[in-house]
Amino acid sequence: MLELLLFSSLNGVLYGMLLFMMAGGLTLIFSMMGVLNFAHASFYMLGAYFGFEIAKHLGFWIGLVAAPLLVGFVGAIIERYGLRQVHKHGHVAELLFTFGLAFVIEEVVQMIWGKLPVDYRVPETLDFVAFTMFGTTYPAYKVFMLCIAIGMFIALLWVLTKTRVGLIIQASLSHPNMVAMLGHNVPRIFMLVFGGGSVLAGLAGVIAGPALVTQPSMAALLGPILFVVVVLGGLGSLTGAFIASLLIGLVQTFAVAVNVSLSDLFQFLPFNPKNGSVLGDLWSVTVAQVAPVIPYLLLIMILIFRPTGLMGNRET
Amino acid sequence: MKRLAIWPLAALVLIALPFVFDSGTSLTKMSLMCIMAVFALSYNMLLGQTGMLSFGHAVYYGLAGFMSIHALQILAGPNASLPLVMVPIVGAFTGLLFAFVFGWVSTKRAGTAFAMISLGLGELVAASSLIMRSFFGGEEGVSADRSKLALWLGLDFGAQIQVYYLIAAWTFVSVITMFAITQTPFGRMANAVRENPERAEFIGYSTQMIRFISFCLSGIFAGIAGALAAINFEIMNALSVSGAQSGAVLLMTYIGGVGHFLGPILGAMLITALQISLSDYTGAWMLYFGLMFILVVMYLPGGIAGLIMMHEPVFRAGLLHRLIPAYLMVSAPALIWLAGAVAIIELAHHALVKAATEGPQLVLIGLEFSSRTMFPWTIALGLFVFGAVSCGKVWPRVKNAWSEIHSLMKQS
Amino acid sequence: MRRIKTILGAMATAVGLSLGSTGALAQQTIQVAYIDPLSGGGASIGEHGLKHFRYIADQLNTAGGVLGRKFEIVPFDGKTNPQESIVQAQKAIDRGIRIITQGNGSAVAAALSEFVVKHNARNPGKEVIYLNYAAVDPSLTNDKCSWSHFRWDADSDTKMAALTNFMKARTSVKKVYLINQDYSFGHSVRAQAVAMLKEKRPDVQVVGNELHPLLKINDFAPYIAKIKASGADSVITGNWGQDIALLLKAAADAGLKVDWYTYYAGGAGGPTAIKQTGLADRVFAVVEGHANVPNPPSQAIESDFRPRTGQAVWYPRAFNQMYMLSEAIKAAGAVDAKKVAQKLEGMRITTHNGGVGYMRTDNHQFIQDMFIASFGPLPAGAKFDEEGTGWGWKTLGKVEGKDTELATTCKMSRPY
Repeated sequence: MLELLLFSSLNGVLYGMLLFMMAGGLTLIFSMMGVLNFAHASFYMLGAYFGFEIAKHLGFWIGLVAAPLLVGFVGAIIERYGLRQVHKHGHVAELLFTFGLAFVIEEVVQMIWGKLPVDYRVPETLDFVAFTMFGTTYPAYKVFMLCIAIGMFIALLWVLTKTRVGLIIQASLSHPNMVAMLGHNVPRIFMLVFGGGSVLAGLAGVIAGPALVTQPSMAALLGPILFVVVVLGGLGSLTGAFIASLLIGLVQTFAVAVNVSLSDLFQFLPFNPKNGSVLGDLWSVTVAQVAPVIPYLLLIMILIFRPTGLMGNRET
Repeated sequence: MKRLAIWPLAALVLIALPFVFDSGTSLTKMSLMCIMAVFALSYNMLLGQTGMLSFGHAVYYGLAGFMSIHALQILAGPNASLPLVMVPIVGAFTGLLFAFVFGWVSTKRAGTAFAMISLGLGELVAASSLIMRSFFGGEEGVSADRSKLALWLGLDFGAQIQVYYLIAAWTFVSVITMFAITQTPFGRMANAVRENPERAEFIGYSTQMIRFISFCLSGIFAGIAGALAAINFEIMNALSVSGAQSGAVLLMTYIGGVGHFLGPILGAMLITALQISLSDYTGAWMLYFGLMFILVVMYLPGGIAGLIMMHEPVFRAGLLHRLIPAYLMVSAPALIWLAGAVAIIELAHHALVKAATEGPQLVLIGLEFSSRTMFPWTIALGLFVFGAVSCGKVWPRVKNAWSEIHSLMKQS
Repeated sequence: MRRIKTILGAMATAVGLSLGSTGALAQQTIQVAYIDPLSGGGASIGEHGLKHFRYIADQLNTAGGVLGRKFEIVPFDGKTNPQESIVQAQKAIDRGIRIITQGNGSAVAAALSEFVVKHNARNPGKEVIYLNYAAVDPSLTNDKCSWSHFRWDADSDTKMAALTNFMKARTSVKKVYLINQDYSFGHSVRAQAVAMLKEKRPDVQVVGNELHPLLKINDFAPYIAKIKASGADSVITGNWGQDIALLLKAAADAGLKVDWYTYYAGGAGGPTAIKQTGLADRVFAVVEGHANVPNPPSQAIESDFRPRTGQAVWYPRAFNQMYMLSEAIKAAGAVDAKKVAQKLEGMRITTHNGGVGYMRTDNHQFIQDMFIASFGPLPAGAKFDEEGTGWGWKTLGKVEGKDTELATTCKMSRPY
């Protein structure tokens, strides 16, 4: 039991950090530009594929640095020539543009790299066991992932609070119009933020690729959860996104390990719905089976009762 | 009076079509187009008329479809209480019920929050389709036999042609009703809420109530579409409540045009035809869909209907003929540009995807090319560049024609 | 006025497209419609299946075809969508095609089977037969059987029977953990595993019976932790696709040492995942044949197939199916669904991998020898490796066809 608790916590924190790497960028983009970037998870996927391709020719470590930058470049181009064009048609059009973009990116990735998963491997230098506890090993690569994610968080926090650009970005998070009126080049800041968010998502992809399967459906699997995290955490709040990511990561990892259903809990009741009926299904479903649905329940609850999110200070 | 003449004419067209196109595939295609037209129109009640972007509209379509297919199973037998022609009412009620329940929760918020709630609800229902196997039938879905219901005027609706007429009739009724709703004061208030919710509140209407009613009405018609789909396919499975189906109706409605009543109908017909037939011609059809969507979002936010309706005042003023020369001049470069783009995509697709399967030869419009040599690539790129450049050169003529027309219209 | 024009215009476009799809009825070739995903997620598998059928058609045509006519495989993109596949089947029928084959996805198979049954009932004279090469839902040869459906892949119950027959003799199996995908196939695997183990090895303890969401889990570490905690020495799983790849990856990461009894470890990406994790000779799969079965004719075909198509033979049963179809058409004297169906039932052949196979008359399920193959470094004399890993399959055990026959609830009415 303790072993399960410990490893699930570690895995939950890791998954949460991975989500944060993507959600952080997405929150920034959403808060500043009002654009809910559906293609953000696609940038994550591009990061994994670019990392795979570069690692094939130049090695994992070069890929670790080059791939996110490449993804950031792609993001900046998309913002400059695509999103800016659509901006004048309103938020709905921007949302739809990123929606179509996610679609097209997935198709192009499938065309170039095929529909099957690609063999993106953990580099040999990291392919050892970090520690063993209760007879189960924990791979060093996962510890590496954790370190990178925490490092990124610290770096982001430093940039936002200690540098000039960061202060402007923070101001634009809550008062974008005022910042524009003060004479700052808001469109350039937008491009910077969009590109920066893409870099973070790409970084998440590069390091997650070897651990999870690198395949064209990566984006579609993680996409909806990302929105849950961003909305749960709240607008304008990076700490909110951090807390929400950890929460969702832990909840999903723990829920999967729990095999309890309503029928187990209430065995003592004479109430025994038939096995083939709707009530019977609901009665015998286990928490583990419901696990993928829990984030959406949280999303709906938050939007109804506290639309600013856990720590946000602006409503969507 | 002339406007009202459209409806009997549309009815005649619907009745006459099977006599012109009578193959099984054409009947299936036309039935599907009608179903999707109703579905897309119901979606536009939310998006185009009330300004509510929903990512989970397939929930009402799918749940109504499942309820209808269960109804078909229950009603099988010669002494059924409800004939097949009345089964879409089951769909309508189901759509209304779920729209009532989910809408009460969703319409508390507007804008992006509403979109996110709809996304969450959609994913929730799609995920629970694997949990509630008795209702959703697991992966295989639920199937039924529509010809086992009670006979209606001697028809058992086994044959596709009979089903087509049933679907066409229900489509006609639904379209007229939805059009009528747009003409009522409620319809106008929904437009007001779309344009300026704050102001609508100030003149005394509750925007939340209007959104909620709009949501329920849209659920009714989505439900009818779902029931018709259940009757047409005689099988419903969890893909009908999935995010993919919600995305498809969004695509259809937006490409068709959200600003006009006719838009979703056009979009539904075009996308359905493409979905059924495009995969016969190219394996890259999904890429074309995505690109088409992006291009419409970027350059044609009014959709196809918007593009057509842009010409309406020009036609009324009798000045349409002035545009024809400019359009003719731009059509040739545009076609060349399109041909170049299609050639590039097909070559890329073939080189990357199909070459492993089919060998290096590619057949494009009857001519064989090898996707590995430079020759076809240079031609494709050449067409693309030439088309783009010449389009750019000719485009000012179109612009001039339009500004000429505008100034003429201002004068008169 | 212009609205009418727009309606008419749009309909004309649509109609034009619809006209384009009704091709001429081809009397010269015997057309077989192949309805499987050719785009989207399942495309690579659908494409590879198509390669099989085209290769086999080429072979049959080089040998002269049948009744003086050649085979032609006509592909239709079913997009792994049941409703879409029905539309494609309708297109095929409109073109005059009377033989349909499909395999990827039990949901699609169920929909197609129902559609064919209804079509045959409503359109006498235009009957169609449906040859199922890979959809393993048992109901298609039990309560949903029909005279027009024939299946060449052993259904999931038969595969479990073969697996448990093999496990009967293995004394090293003491504690078994079941982990499956939470959908109808996973449910039937787990139910049959429990029932058949109880019957054949009552001493074996089932220490875990897990279901997980289909294709949604990114990290199987918590499940591996549970398996470890249970002390199991063997795991039975029907997982496929990324679910088996990630499961094995997580097992290797955690250092779990158990035997894996699987259905689809040999599927796309499976061999690469097994090699990556280093689980040599611990992963078993129940298959109707594999490349290293010492049967010269199938090995010759394998040597020819691989360079020509770039991939290994995944479906020995496709060879069985097309060969039997060709024989049935020859015996029937015409490409008539009812006559061909009548000749197919009860037919006995030598299977692709050299054993004896026959089509059961009562439920149209093909009975063949089942192999338990294990994946690892190639033993001496074995020629074929998988996915360029250098590792390949070797036979660990074989279950004779007649020992895999199961009782059936099928009651089909035949129009012949």
